[in-house]
Amino acid sequence: MGQMSEFSVSVRLFLKAYRWRRIDPVPFTRPSKPLSQARLALVSSAGFVLPDQERFDESLRGGDPSFRFIPSDTDGSILIDTHRSESFDHTAMRRDTELAFPLQRVRELVESGVVGSVAMRHLSFMGSITAPGRLVKNTAPEAVRALVDDQVDVALLVPV
Amino acid sequence: MCNQAVGLVAAELERQGIATVAIQLLREVALAVRPPRALFVPFAHGFPLDRPGEPERQHAVLEAALGMLESSETGAPVLLDFEPSD
Repeated sequence: MGQMSEFSVSVRLFLKAYRWRRIDPVPFTRPSKPLSQARLALVSSAGFVLPDQERFDESLRGGDPSFRFIPSDTDGSILIDTHRSESFDHTAMRRDTELAFPLQRVRELVESGVVGSVAMRHLSFMGSITAPGRLVKNTAPEAVRALVDDQVDVALLVPV
Repeated sequence: MCNQAVGLVAAELERQGIATVAIQLLREVALAVRPPRALFVPFAHGFPLDRPGEPERQHAVLEAALGMLESSETGAPVLLDFEPSD
């Protein structure tokens, strides 16, 4: 993989040795309605928070599995990058948060009729999670229940 | 690790009835973790939707990803390669 070459040797060695959490069986839901009528939520792992929200905890050894709700009408330029990883260049996504949390892009997709509507709120995680047990068992189910309550039909997930 | 995190959240979304598509930046992680629907993009980490300040290029990625939700593909997981128009 060419893209592994982006990382330092130590990161590459870690990634090669890491036991990835395999999804098995793979759950598969068909959208219940056409995209043009569906309600879309975003899930980003860029570690963005609102100015009045607590930063993701960079000291947790296995990674911080918590999440933040980001209201869908938020101006992306106020988002704060609290992603702890130094393995990638943060500059571009700080300059244009749409790159990793496309709040305005999805509003535009609603305006153009591609997507029916956006959810009331989107989800922000910090993706640097090497020990995902708590994410899988606790925080992801909790976050997803909120989107179910919001009657979300489809979700787009954006890692950095 | 972001690629794994979003894959795992995608699986939970699908288990609770919300269809998903996940952008993926590392093909080998997509193959190992197996998000239900994944669009593999050839961009560097930190640039999942191609380029900052270029809405059209960002839309191209988004529409390719969302297009996977309208596919009649039957075998999960589904992995598609995004080809930017350069």
